[in-house]
Amino acid sequence: MYAFDFVRPKTVADAVKALQAEDAQALGGGQTLIPTLKQRLAQPSVLVSLTGIDEMKGVCRDGDALVIGGGTLHATVAREARAHYPALAALAGNIGDPAVRNRGTIGGSLANNDPSACYPSAALASGATIVTNSRKIAADDYFQGMFTTALEPGEIITSVRLPIPQKAAYVKFEQPASRFALVGVFVAKHAGGVRVAVTGASNNGVFRWTEAEAALSANFSAAAVKGLKASAADLIADLHGTAAYRAHLIGVLTARAVTAAG
Amino acid sequence: MPKDFGIGAPQKRREDIRFLTGRGVYTDDLKIAGQTYAVFCRSQVAHGRIVSIDTAATLAMPGVLAVFTGEDFKDVGGNPAGWLIKSRNGEAMREPKRPVLAHGKVRHVGDAYAAVIAESYQQAKDAAEQLAADTVIDELPAIVDMAAAVADASNRVHDEIPDNLCFDWGWIEDNRAKVEEVFKTAPHVTTLELVNNRLVPNAMEPRASIGEYFPGTGDYKLTTTSQNPHLTRLLVAAFVLGIPENKLTVVAPDVGGGFGSKIYHYGEEALVLAAAKKLGRPVRWTAERTESFLSDAHGRDHVTKIELACDKQGNFLAFRTETLANVGAYLSNFSTATPTFLHGTLMAGPYKVPAVYVNVKTVFTNTAPVDAYRGAGRPEATFSLERVIDKMCRELNLDPFEVRRKNFITTDMFPYTTPVGLVYDTGNYQATLDKAIEVGDVKGFEARRAESAKRGKLRGLGLSTWIEACGIAPSHLVGVLGSRVGLYDAATVRVNATGNISVMVGAHSHGQGHETVFAQIVADKLGIPESSVEIVHGDTSKIPFGMGSYGSRSLAVCGVAMTKAVDKIVAKGKKIAAHMLEASEADISFENGKFSVAGTDKAKTLGEIAFSAYVPHNYPLETLEPGLEETAFYDPNNFTYPAGAYLCEVEVDPETGKVQVCSFTCADDFGNIMNPMVVEGQVHGGVGQGIGQALCENTHYDENGQLVTGSYMDYAMPRASDVPFYTVDYSCQTPCTHNPLGVKGCGEAGAIGSPPAVVNAVIDALHRGGIKVSHIDMPVSPARVWSAIQNA
Repeated sequence: MYAFDFVRPKTVADAVKALQAEDAQALGGGQTLIPTLKQRLAQPSVLVSLTGIDEMKGVCRDGDALVIGGGTLHATVAREARAHYPALAALAGNIGDPAVRNRGTIGGSLANNDPSACYPSAALASGATIVTNSRKIAADDYFQGMFTTALEPGEIITSVRLPIPQKAAYVKFEQPASRFALVGVFVAKHAGGVRVAVTGASNNGVFRWTEAEAALSANFSAAAVKGLKASAADLIADLHGTAAYRAHLIGVLTARAVTAAG
Repeated sequence: MPKDFGIGAPQKRREDIRFLTGRGVYTDDLKIAGQTYAVFCRSQVAHGRIVSIDTAATLAMPGVLAVFTGEDFKDVGGNPAGWLIKSRNGEAMREPKRPVLAHGKVRHVGDAYAAVIAESYQQAKDAAEQLAADTVIDELPAIVDMAAAVADASNRVHDEIPDNLCFDWGWIEDNRAKVEEVFKTAPHVTTLELVNNRLVPNAMEPRASIGEYFPGTGDYKLTTTSQNPHLTRLLVAAFVLGIPENKLTVVAPDVGGGFGSKIYHYGEEALVLAAAKKLGRPVRWTAERTESFLSDAHGRDHVTKIELACDKQGNFLAFRTETLANVGAYLSNFSTATPTFLHGTLMAGPYKVPAVYVNVKTVFTNTAPVDAYRGAGRPEATFSLERVIDKMCRELNLDPFEVRRKNFITTDMFPYTTPVGLVYDTGNYQATLDKAIEVGDVKGFEARRAESAKRGKLRGLGLSTWIEACGIAPSHLVGVLGSRVGLYDAATVRVNATGNISVMVGAHSHGQGHETVFAQIVADKLGIPESSVEIVHGDTSKIPFGMGSYGSRSLAVCGVAMTKAVDKIVAKGKKIAAHMLEASEADISFENGKFSVAGTDKAKTLGEIAFSAYVPHNYPLETLEPGLEETAFYDPNNFTYPAGAYLCEVEVDPETGKVQVCSFTCADDFGNIMNPMVVEGQVHGGVGQGIGQALCENTHYDENGQLVTGSYMDYAMPRASDVPFYTVDYSCQTPCTHNPLGVKGCGEAGAIGSPPAVVNAVIDALHRGGIKVSHIDMPVSPARVWSAIQNA
């Protein structure tokens, strides 16, 4: 690591102020940032830890939605969302290992927008609203490509509002080494239709598989997606799988998610 | 009832208490007054010419004490190869110098070309970055693919070696023509081309070294992560730096796993010693995980074509193999033995095959050096044999169990001389196969397969019957084969004045459990509590000159030396007892810790004898030296030959290609068992690594020689969820005939026998599902299985 200053503000307002310093960097659970720093691949002047901000923590039901503070740990979501949104709780409870789940946060994951992370698929399939210190952003507008989001520099995700679907499930096929999603599919059946969000597969980050959404909105069953083939265009090809393999997995996992959602 | 004491008792490992409670003391835990930090500059390119290294700016940085480059070591020795292999034409292998720091050229990503020493680690990191920025390296085309390396004489890893070939070895060359004749007339020939995938050892503790120099005496001390401190001392002192061995102490304290990668001497060890001398201060270095990936000696990396000639009933007539073995950019210490004498000599397996010929071309490439890794050559041989046999069975529609059975060497044939130069002393391969079939419940397989099918999964059963040569090794034999070192071992047993015992051993424990098992043996032989015996290892200033731990040799070689030293203690104790009890030495017997006079109740305990030896007020000084301490060196007259039968059941998900290992059954013959719990642990670990190789681990260099799988984000290690609960049986025991403990060694068996069982099971599952796939290279990853299914 290079040397840096470290602050741990108690309020969102103080954190926003601290992030105005040149080359300041917000630090959530640090599950990506700390390894990056250790490899000397980033050189922030000051790390602004968000872990001391109580107003950014917690899971609470608000009508037909679940509101989760940006600084809430995966382990907390796994525990506290279970009664309200079991598919989301299951997703959170299967990220990484216990050490990761007790450091990593939902806000950190969404801000980083790793193309293989689990949470972006849940946010997109849920039709979530990303709430920051300054505005509300619809998930459909928020994810803008691999490691790219609508966030402005210094903007902090204070909470995420996830409408609770009638039925939902997330199925992840793990990359053999990292155990991130080689492909992960989140299927959510809402009153207004089905949303299918795919993570891990695309060079453009998380995306909606609209053909499957249309088919499933008409007939919510695994059979409805049986004949559908996801396009391999712009899918990730690497040591762990070709684009064709990922495209194939999207179909398999979507059907399995529909079955799991019941 | 299992024994609760001594030999054969399933004692829990005493060392685990400190390991599991964080009280182990590893090299990096040691803090030494005045210590400084070394950080290495490592090549970012696979192949390049070093044009210039400007040290001025680096030396001016805060805290920087010294900078070393290859220029500083150009006049000292290279790190030598331990085995001289000769090519088929009689020429000696090519041995390019392996310098402490790269000089002139860098030859693989991670090749260290400079080191910076500073007051703090951060200062050393900063300075190394500066030095890298002030270094000019002209990149050359990378030589990565072995076949291309041999074909293209214009691009050379070492300028003086035109075809990038270390040697072209034939085993046994005189049999070549005979084997060719067999193939010409054989009723059936099965051919299989396969890859034995390169593995990164990934010991939990990365390599680390601390160099110290004591100007008052001129002594050096190297604390380092070594599996064999005396060998490291010999190499760094006599061959590289020219320090007299008696002025250098090498200490390998607690070491967190080696799997072979810590057998070898590395340049970092020489660097910290030379730097400590120059600065007059301790110099320490601990590898970062990325450095481990890039610079530890890797394992395996063979590309092989194997042919099996047989009759239509599956009786083996001959095996023939052609292998390209990657040695990487430099010759690591045992790198030339691994693809040859640890590989070619096993190519008859446990079978009475009359003719075998092995050809190995060992090739230099711009990749990290490759050397022995758990199993070392024997997994490669076993994988080739057991895969081609399985393929033949499918081609001829023969039962793989019966084919192996009919080709086994039978119990009436021992000692059995193979066509590849070994003499198996004993074994019972039918018995281990029967046992595996029994405890693995082969009868119930069909029902389990049907149950899997209901869930949409393809279930398969894979078999591997393996043999290895370990307990390495008889020095006279390895000498004939090209070894430049002896492979005996040594132990000193010191009975202290108060009757407790210190045993100094040449073997090194870095996870094996010697501190427990060796104490069990000594305690058993002397009839005293195990808690009275302490095992001392890993410090050249305390232990006799031993050869360390690898090749499943600790018990079969060093353990035997230890028992011979115990025998000497008993013999001397009898002499002392005869004097104290006023009896004839011939009338003294020793049992349960007591020396007694036959036919009387007169007796002295070991403690009383020891006290008399150290306080010799009444002692036969005219005929006997005081003290009760004995050393024995032991050099076996043959290898030991553990063998066994492994069964693997897998489920393949035909939609995703994912393979799940459902069960793994081991029926091993390790000879006599000293501690069954430790044996089980060794088998579990070995099979875990074998499953890792078969399904997960993939070391991938791209065409530019960049290590794509240089971190755990892309290098897949097996995890608990990837392995089943193992069934381990070791009740078939044919004790080794040539060592007094009757032991064979069990450390590598699991890693040797398991990969083909896993792959055979996957191929079996696919065939049972109607998918005619003849082979999938390891690691059998989901993507590869899916792709094979698509192309079937």
